[in-house]
Amino acid sequence: MSQVPLSHILIVSTALFFIGMYGLFTRRNMITMLMSVELILNSVNINFVAFNKYLYPAQLEGVFFTLFIIAIAAAEAAVAIAIFINLYRNFHSIDVEGTGEMKF
Amino acid sequence: MSASAVIFYMLAFFILATGLLAVTSRKIFRSAIWLLFSLTGIAGLYFWLQMEFIAAVQIVVYVGGIVVLIIFSIFLTQQSGKDLPAPARGRPVVSALLVCAGFVLTRLLLGHYAFRPSGHSVAGAGAGAGNMGANASVGNIGAQLLSTSEHGYVLPFEVISILLLAAMIGCIAISIKIKPEDK
Repeated sequence: MSQVPLSHILIVSTALFFIGMYGLFTRRNMITMLMSVELILNSVNINFVAFNKYLYPAQLEGVFFTLFIIAIAAAEAAVAIAIFINLYRNFHSIDVEGTGEMKF
Repeated sequence: MSASAVIFYMLAFFILATGLLAVTSRKIFRSAIWLLFSLTGIAGLYFWLQMEFIAAVQIVVYVGGIVVLIIFSIFLTQQSGKDLPAPARGRPVVSALLVCAGFVLTRLLLGHYAFRPSGHSVAGAGAGAGNMGANASVGNIGAQLLSTSEHGYVLPFEVISILLLAAMIGCIAISIKIKPEDK
């Protein structure tokens, strides 16, 4: 593990973050946009674990932040998919451009 | 180049290639499967970093939970055999340019900063990584997660459990089917 410098792991996570950003820019379907958000959250998790492992090897703070981010991502995905299913029932489409009018 | 470095670069290539396929594939179901491969590759990266517990949580929650949820919602909301509509003309080019600019900027910033291990580990990075094995064990993580002392995480743990309960109730409340009034 010590042969690979920290910056290479950070470059991988940066590339994953920007791949997620590309998906968020180009996709118009809500489920695929949710997938891009998951990729972005995972790149953040990689950063936390790598920093914890390389810079603060005697502590565990990065592990806890990663665990909390994973828990929040699970809650977020569940709520987002509930909203998608409700939208699909009302509009028969989950494109972001197909749902221009929203009540309440 | 040692075997460990070779494994890292193969994992990195796997994660990035499957991630790129996940955001560019025209069929939504294939896109979900590529996302699954990418998340599994990230779990492999955690194994490579010797964080076995995080890797296990990644597989259980992401691969076993979130991707399955996404596949279910794909089957509930659209015909998975149909291609997604192509994005508007010029949008992929502009997004790719913006994203490449952002990546290059971040890469330059990363190159300018020299990451050093913290002052607490006296003997430097090599010795610090050596005594890590016992530290990241599941027992240690669990004890610190539920401890109320200085470096304990019991308050965020309880807040997260309330958040998960609220998300569960919220999902039921959002997606419940309202009965027709005339019944």
